[in-house]
Amino acid sequence: MRIDLTETTANKVVAALLQARRKAGSPAMGMVLTFVVITHEAQHDSAMRAAREVSTEHPSRVLGVIRGARRGRPRLDAEVTIGQGGSGETVLLRLSGELIDHPVSVVTPLLLPDSPVVAWWPGDAPDDLAADPLGRLAQRRITDAGTAPRARTTVLARRALHHTPGDTDLAWTRLTPWRALLAAGLDQHPVRITGGTVEAVKDNPSADLMAAWLRCRLHVDVDVRPSKGPGITSVAMHSAHGDIGLHRPDGRLAMFTIPGEADRPVALKRRDVDELLAEELRRLDNDDVYEDAVQLLARSLRGGPTGAGRPTESSAAPAAEAARKTETRKKPATKKSANKQAATRKSVTKKPAAKKSATKKRSTAKRSTVKKPTAKAPG
Amino acid sequence: MSVPDNPLRDPQDRRLPRIAGPCSLVIFGVTGDLSRKKLMPAVYDLANRGLLPPGFALVGFARRDWAHQDFTQVVHDAVKAYSRTPFREETWKQLAEGFRFVPGQFADDKAFAHLADTVAELDEARGTAGNHAFYLSIPPGFFPDVVGQLKEHGLADGEGGSWRRVVIEKPFGHDLSSARSLNAVVSDVFPREAVFRIDHYLGKETVQNILAFRFANAMFEPVWNSNYVDHIQITMAEDVGIGGRAGYYDGIGAARDVIQNHLLQLMALVAMEDPASFDARNLRLEKQKVLSSVRIPDDLDLHTSRGQYAAGWQGGQKVIGYLDEDDISGRSTTETYAAIRLDVENRRWAGVPFFLRTGKRLGRRVTEVAVIFKRAPHLPFSHTATEELGQNALVMRIQPDEGVTLRFGGKVPGTAMELRDVNMDFAYGGAFVESSPEAYERLILDVLLGDPPLFPQHEEVELSWRILDPIIRWWAEHGRPDQYASGSWGPESAEEMLARDGRTWRRP
Repeated sequence: MRIDLTETTANKVVAALLQARRKAGSPAMGMVLTFVVITHEAQHDSAMRAAREVSTEHPSRVLGVIRGARRGRPRLDAEVTIGQGGSGETVLLRLSGELIDHPVSVVTPLLLPDSPVVAWWPGDAPDDLAADPLGRLAQRRITDAGTAPRARTTVLARRALHHTPGDTDLAWTRLTPWRALLAAGLDQHPVRITGGTVEAVKDNPSADLMAAWLRCRLHVDVDVRPSKGPGITSVAMHSAHGDIGLHRPDGRLAMFTIPGEADRPVALKRRDVDELLAEELRRLDNDDVYEDAVQLLARSLRGGPTGAGRPTESSAAPAAEAARKTETRKKPATKKSANKQAATRKSVTKKPAAKKSATKKRSTAKRSTVKKPTAKAPG
Repeated sequence: MSVPDNPLRDPQDRRLPRIAGPCSLVIFGVTGDLSRKKLMPAVYDLANRGLLPPGFALVGFARRDWAHQDFTQVVHDAVKAYSRTPFREETWKQLAEGFRFVPGQFADDKAFAHLADTVAELDEARGTAGNHAFYLSIPPGFFPDVVGQLKEHGLADGEGGSWRRVVIEKPFGHDLSSARSLNAVVSDVFPREAVFRIDHYLGKETVQNILAFRFANAMFEPVWNSNYVDHIQITMAEDVGIGGRAGYYDGIGAARDVIQNHLLQLMALVAMEDPASFDARNLRLEKQKVLSSVRIPDDLDLHTSRGQYAAGWQGGQKVIGYLDEDDISGRSTTETYAAIRLDVENRRWAGVPFFLRTGKRLGRRVTEVAVIFKRAPHLPFSHTATEELGQNALVMRIQPDEGVTLRFGGKVPGTAMELRDVNMDFAYGGAFVESSPEAYERLILDVLLGDPPLFPQHEEVELSWRILDPIIRWWAEHGRPDQYASGSWGPESAEEMLARDGRTWRRP
């Protein structure tokens, strides 16, 4: 059932939720989290649909927040939906006027008591998620660098500068099946890896993250080469015995290669957003492995202009530098961000090895630039 | 499966699932219902979730004149009809290359030689590396044949670092001595860690959740003993009759079919002490400990009950009685309903009876564990105020509608003080996307990973026959099962059995 409320208040929305539940005949709530979707008019439909899909696995209260125009009186409109696919409750909140600067005042009364809050920006998102008023409410902040119009890896790297435990990006989630298969390949053939190559469509943040993860774990050079896509088309780990790798030209079925054995097909479908979100919500603690990988990626981009071959990198460095400056200015404002700064500092100092491979990466990037003409898209 | 020095693995990286190593699953009795409705879909669902290794192979063995393509078609139909996750062409392609079919009978040497060749061919072509699991989805009478053939044709021993495993389904025998001889047959050929006894009930998320519920929470364990618990009821009710399984069911009966494995395992999980850790060995030790403290009633006549469903109406349909079913003798004394009282002789449970019941053609299909608490020692209310107040109860619903219900007293709205029972419900979510696997998925993956925590070992099987044998023997020697109307909750004698202890069955 759906209840529309115009020019309303958060308290009236709470009352409407209660009423809708009563009418549906189930006053009991088994919802496990509040899922805040920060969206806008143009994309809210698909975003809310994905969020509702997710609530079949993670029963949740989905709060869609649309910040409208600043003009006019402060005003709140709400659509309350219960049932109709999904196992929780959905509220779409439209804010306008001065209220758009105070979304927290609307969302706070609607949070489920004593349970986690997850914030998701389906499109553009601030660089410093934890400093965002809605992001601050959440234990987990999900972004999707893959939806940025351009320079996607730079966007990811800029956010990494402000990384706070709980931040995560769907560009990383997309890698899980790849990483699982690569790890299984190395389980089966525990050989020494001497290098790696990732091929993907240009400006693919997942590919850069994959390379960063491999570099982080294996301490070897990993090239990223452009291909025709879709998404990542191949990942190979080189060894003296041959490659352990995955090659996926069509975005659906991949070939799994292991030294000395016949290639085997393995399903490796590009997943929909709701599946990615469902994976994200399964664990709400900090993803240390992601943090390591994305920090390494950010550091390697920040390391200065490294050959003009990769547009993402050349544009990244100054932007990232600027972002860092604003961050330093802003930092002492809250206790939380002070802690965060300490955390960032720690993670930088504790990884001399990673730093080294960051330097290596620059040379890798140069090399891949040189090689570029020969590095043809495979499929 | 993870190699500790694999640099891509990190204990912190909990996104990475465990993928089984390269291997094959050989199913005997591949044309059976279980294989088509459960095993094949489970294999597909595992592949769809990315948990099977590239190069995984599925070998069917049955008495059919099929080629590989026919077998592939059968699996295809089964997967389309019964799999939980959506059908994806790419997953199918990954799997279908590894399908093989071996026609033959269990006594046929040639067929097993053919099987040995097929397995060797798979090692070559698919890289299964000598790792093979044999799933015996066949009546236990054939076990000696098949296991013997496997041994004879060198299929039972892995070479080098490879493994061979055998999977057997309940029933694990029909009494203590048959269970022993069955075990002797299997363990003669396979070492004990290579034998996986599947009880699909133990693969259910909710059964595993009993452990999480008890040992991950602070608020339940303090009252989980005879100080607060009055008694415990464990129920598994089916709404269906025996269907076409007359040959299997007659002579076996409800107690052997359900109590021996499902209900006693549930009881063990509910009653056991906390294990030192959640690994297979420690869990098994605790289960064995509690099963060996189980005592059966002295007077079996007073504290057990059995029944046969009579004709009647079940769920709006007219149904026939057990004795009228096809292929059932009119004089059959096989019980379709069994209820027993058991006591656990340890400090935690002394004086708390466990009532176990199961039956076919009961009111509805439900499996649950109900912990019924003692009444509050003093009620500062008038007698009329508490007239409608029952005992507090905590109900773990295993199926359907998995979840937990807490039942306690609340005040009826109004000016008078009147108390009544209310329910607080927790449901484990509705239609899960990818997270709630079928029991068989979990169990098959555990077999392929070589991870046995959910599988009962032979000791547990022996212990449960020790509990059940005297009861079944006593029944065989004393009279016949009582008739009960289909669609009811069992025979009159079951109600009387509880009434003798001053209790009543909960309507589940």
